[in-house]
Amino acid sequence: MPEEPSGRDRLLASLKKPLSRGQFTVAALLAVVGFASVAQVQATDRDDDYAGTRQEDLIQLLDSLAAASERAELEIARLEQTRSSLLNDTSSNNAALEQAREQANVLSILAGTVPTVGPGVVITVQDPTGAVGIDQLLNGLEELRDAGAEAIEINNLVRVVARTSLRDGEGGVIIDDQQLAPPYLIEAIGEPHTLEQALDFRGGFIEEIEQRPVSGEVSVQQVDTVEIATVREPTEAEYAVPVEEE
Amino acid sequence: MIAGLGLLVGIILGLLLQPDVPLWLEPYLPIAVVAALDAVFGALRAFLDGIFDDRVFVVSFLSNVLIAALIVYVGDKLGVGGQLSTGVIVVLGIRIFANVAAIRRHLLHA
Repeated sequence: MPEEPSGRDRLLASLKKPLSRGQFTVAALLAVVGFASVAQVQATDRDDDYAGTRQEDLIQLLDSLAAASERAELEIARLEQTRSSLLNDTSSNNAALEQAREQANVLSILAGTVPTVGPGVVITVQDPTGAVGIDQLLNGLEELRDAGAEAIEINNLVRVVARTSLRDGEGGVIIDDQQLAPPYLIEAIGEPHTLEQALDFRGGFIEEIEQRPVSGEVSVQQVDTVEIATVREPTEAEYAVPVEEE
Repeated sequence: MIAGLGLLVGIILGLLLQPDVPLWLEPYLPIAVVAALDAVFGALRAFLDGIFDDRVFVVSFLSNVLIAALIVYVGDKLGVGGQLSTGVIVVLGIRIFANVAAIRRHLLHA
């Protein structure tokens, strides 16, 4: 049986064959195949999600993406609204805080828990006969309050506040359990001119003291700076409770 | 030997250049590659059979690639591109298996 060259022999022989045009052609085509395969493999690696997808599927994908982005935009709008309302809340909170702080200042001055300073009047009441009592002083204090006095202090000892009580004592008046002796020095913070006017009218504080039977002496001085250093401990209300609004 | 070198050179070029497949070629390239592989295996089988002819190889290679691309194109136009592509892949796969089986018989005598 004549020896037909086997495929393996031919393959080995081809490796030793001299170069020919046909071999170059085959090499070129194989190079194209290799190149194209690698290119395709890498392209597939890069985006294998949508490569083989058909037009309808792509349209569906686009639709769902559009819907998703629409939802996301709605979400963004909603969150921005929340954000701005939170910012509003913060600023209104700040405003409320500021207001509360101002109110606290005003109230602490009224309650006499802080030292205060401001324009006002300094009233000196001389009482040579010892006839000045709580009737006269109370009138004076009320007139001062009526004229808008914001803080009142007597003899640098007693701060006059809402709960201040007065009664007559031996050789003077007792204000908030403090025995005071004449001459009385009343310092009041408020509009100085108004405060002075409030004391000086017919039948008013000054006249009442300077006339008989008291026959005292009153001097009123408008000053730019009245310093009231006496403070008072804030007291808890024991019986009264605020009525809740709403 | 030159043929093997050519294949190697192509692969290395592809790896080095990292080519971007142009968009218009994207649907056709995979099918074309499979068709080309079919032609290559067919050529190898013919070579081992002793009936290899480089002219035939070139013509079968080009026609394989062109027909594969054409089928995909027509399939796309008819709206059955996906199914036709699958059909082409199946047919080519069967042919490749058959060719490889013949090559195996030649090389391994089994």
